[in-house]
Amino acid sequence: MNSPRDISCDEALKHVFEFIDRELDHGRHAEMEQHLAKCRSCFSRVEFEKRLKVKLQEAGGQKAPDSLRARVGKLLCNY
Amino acid sequence: MLDMLYSTAVRLTRNPADAEDLVAEAVAKALANLDSLKDPSCLRGWVFRVMHNTHTSMCRKRSVRREVSLNEATDDDDEGDFWLFERLHQPFLLWWGNPEQVFLDNVLRDDIVRALDKLPENYRMVVIMADVEELTYEEIGEALGVPVGTVRSRLSRGRSMLQKTLWHQAKEAGLKAVENPSEPRER
Repeated sequence: MNSPRDISCDEALKHVFEFIDRELDHGRHAEMEQHLAKCRSCFSRVEFEKRLKVKLQEAGGQKAPDSLRARVGKLLCNY
Repeated sequence: MLDMLYSTAVRLTRNPADAEDLVAEAVAKALANLDSLKDPSCLRGWVFRVMHNTHTSMCRKRSVRREVSLNEATDDDDEGDFWLFERLHQPFLLWWGNPEQVFLDNVLRDDIVRALDKLPENYRMVVIMADVEELTYEEIGEALGVPVGTVRSRLSRGRSMLQKTLWHQAKEAGLKAVENPSEPRER
């Protein structure tokens, strides 16, 4: 199996979000991981975006209220 | 899945009661049209699409006039990328500490909700679906009826706009540590 290609910081920064979103193919993902293991600046960028994403999940995620659960439950019963 | 739909609906309608109605109506429509779902592995994207279409038709029925400038910024509306990290991570600040950490520690839930709600609808939706609900780009494309390439470009633009708003909000809130950490805080 070939080892991942070395990539530049510019190339790594282009794929930061796809990397975090797990949207890169296996080869590109491995290239990013290899770069991040060596480059503190790009690693810091990825960590920052990951933590901001967690903040978004904490702020944006909401539990459906009981009233909605009851309405959907009725719909499912009648289906 | 119900929590995911509801979270997205709240940010779409910006109103919990409307969000509840939207989700209930979308679930009813999805159940009525379940046989049109050809590939069960596409269920999440398909259900989100039903909800998005339901929202569009509910807005039409209510004659809600959605202004393009506010809610549906065009995909070629490009004013350059803005990334918080690039603002915060400046070499001359590094001696002082960790400005990124300071920023993240001071961002409130309400700051993020306000910033999300300020996004034009077509950008808000992709950011919510990708960052909050963690749908794949393909599922988001299915949900919004757009190609994956459009999802990528909207997501990049939406995230950039969101970060710019968070930056301005932080400055307005007086986060001097973010703006200029070397200055002593006012007493």
